[in-house]
Amino acid sequence: MVGRIVLTAVLAGLVSGVFLWSAHMVKTTPLILAAEVYEKGAGATGTDHPHADKTEAARPHTHAPPAAGFERAAYTLLADLVSAVGFAFLLTAAVSLKATPIDWRLGILWGLSGYAAFFLAPSLGLPPELPGMQAAELGARQTWWLATAVATAIGLGLAAFSPRRVAQALGVGLVVLPHVIGAPAHEVGQSNVPAELAAQFVITTSVVSGLFWIVLGGLTGYFYNRFGNS
Amino acid sequence: MPTDTKYLDEKTLNDHVLVTTASRVGPALLALLFGSFLLLGAGFAGSATLHNAAHDGRHALSFPCH
Repeated sequence: MVGRIVLTAVLAGLVSGVFLWSAHMVKTTPLILAAEVYEKGAGATGTDHPHADKTEAARPHTHAPPAAGFERAAYTLLADLVSAVGFAFLLTAAVSLKATPIDWRLGILWGLSGYAAFFLAPSLGLPPELPGMQAAELGARQTWWLATAVATAIGLGLAAFSPRRVAQALGVGLVVLPHVIGAPAHEVGQSNVPAELAAQFVITTSVVSGLFWIVLGGLTGYFYNRFGNS
Repeated sequence: MPTDTKYLDEKTLNDHVLVTTASRVGPALLALLFGSFLLLGAGFAGSATLHNAAHDGRHALSFPCH
């Protein structure tokens, strides 16, 4: 069982991670680089940039991603692979807990549920940001993001798989709850990043992440099925 | 899962179900933990080195970045 989970998650994660990285290099990184021009243009170089959280701003740190080019692309590849394999382990664990037969088609449905929990639900409160955009305090946003992802994942599982009506209703409640509480807010309209660029980034990340989860889900279903029969 | 369950009495069968459930939940929980560890490192860790390396990936995956 351990071998089946590890093989499935590592293979599905690595392949979908390379896909994610390719899509990021072609579609999202150019938008991030374009936004950094405005971030720097506002006098926000290296250590001088907006922070809602004064303690974080006070701590010595730099926001200096590696220079554009090979090194930056390699770091992004590493980050995308680690993220994709991480998502793959969560997805394979859920598939394994459900313990019903799966193939690549059903896997895509699992993947779309992951997309809902780890992209759509958090983005409803905290839309994808470009560098230089104003945002609320980092810790509060991270907490809300994680709580929303966990609540949505558990809620979807209860709603879809519990035989009891009460548990199904509880599941729906868990999906809705983070949005009733609301994401940490910030003042709109102080960013130097053009709205057109921000809009393009939101659409692009939504499509790229959706495609990534479809690939990851399909591969997870395929490999989990395949390694179960051998 | 054996196919000749008709030869098992009820207690043996129950034990078997318990054991297979436990052997399924354990690995799945480990996988959940390991996946969370990778994601917290790539998406949420505060270290400046990790932040800068994962910067573009964090933005593109909609993790709160800075």
